[in-house]
Amino acid sequence: MSTRWPPGDALPPLEPGPIGRGTLAAFARASGDPNPIHLDPAFARRSGHPDVFAHGMLSMAYVARMITDIVDQADLRSLRVRFRAVTPLGASPRCTATVASTDGATAQLDLAVALPDGTVTITGSAVVALD
Amino acid sequence: MTVDAQRARAYRFRPHVVEVERAQLVDFADATGQTDPVYLDVDAARAAGHPDLPVPPTFFYCLELGAPDALSHLSDLGVDLARLVHGEQAFRFHAPAHAGDRLALHTRIADVYEKAGGRLQLLVRETSFMREEALVAQSTTTLVLTGADA
Repeated sequence: MSTRWPPGDALPPLEPGPIGRGTLAAFARASGDPNPIHLDPAFARRSGHPDVFAHGMLSMAYVARMITDIVDQADLRSLRVRFRAVTPLGASPRCTATVASTDGATAQLDLAVALPDGTVTITGSAVVALD
Repeated sequence: MTVDAQRARAYRFRPHVVEVERAQLVDFADATGQTDPVYLDVDAARAAGHPDLPVPPTFFYCLELGAPDALSHLSDLGVDLARLVHGEQAFRFHAPAHAGDRLALHTRIADVYEKAGGRLQLLVRETSFMREEALVAQSTTTLVLTGADA
């Protein structure tokens, strides 16, 4: 796998499409996150936001899916992200992963999620075991 | 209004044991746009060598949200939920987990510290997921309390 993944190589990006209210309601229910800031526009406005925005953990789930689309999940050793900006309602995130380094046994991936306007919502890294 | 760091580190979470349910995993897969049948269909999972539907990487956080102290530990510690931001999330994976597994969650506040000259306070929460005596995964959540009086 190290020959398949030289440093600098990119994984196929994941673009799950625009995040609408239905997606947020489904994710809130499925993830057990009751925070109304993702569901209730009036609550979001009272909290200083123009409308509801997406769960950070939804974007992280997309990042994980991008990785497990390519890598056997049993080989995923770690996954970490920093949430840098909110994902507004209707935004279309794009998840990317680039091979940062390999040491023969593992590869480290640099991760990012960005919006079409250039806002980077997530940066992070993952460690994947090489076969 | 800031969180008392010593009190936060000493906070005792109630133990929590959860059985991972297939239906939860299917709902999560649907809600995250997952189309790989291994995460949706038990027969496909078994054909791929899994005993049942696999627990996807970030679903461990959802198991944490189901714990009895998932929200109350914050209010107990005096955290204003309106000022709370999920700053960072990390997972380490040690063994695969599947639907039907009984997982014990052990949670603690690992660290409390300040940034930006005390205007931000960070709470680091760690949860270990155990199946019998085996460590399956660890989750580290960094919560940021914004706008502290300073």
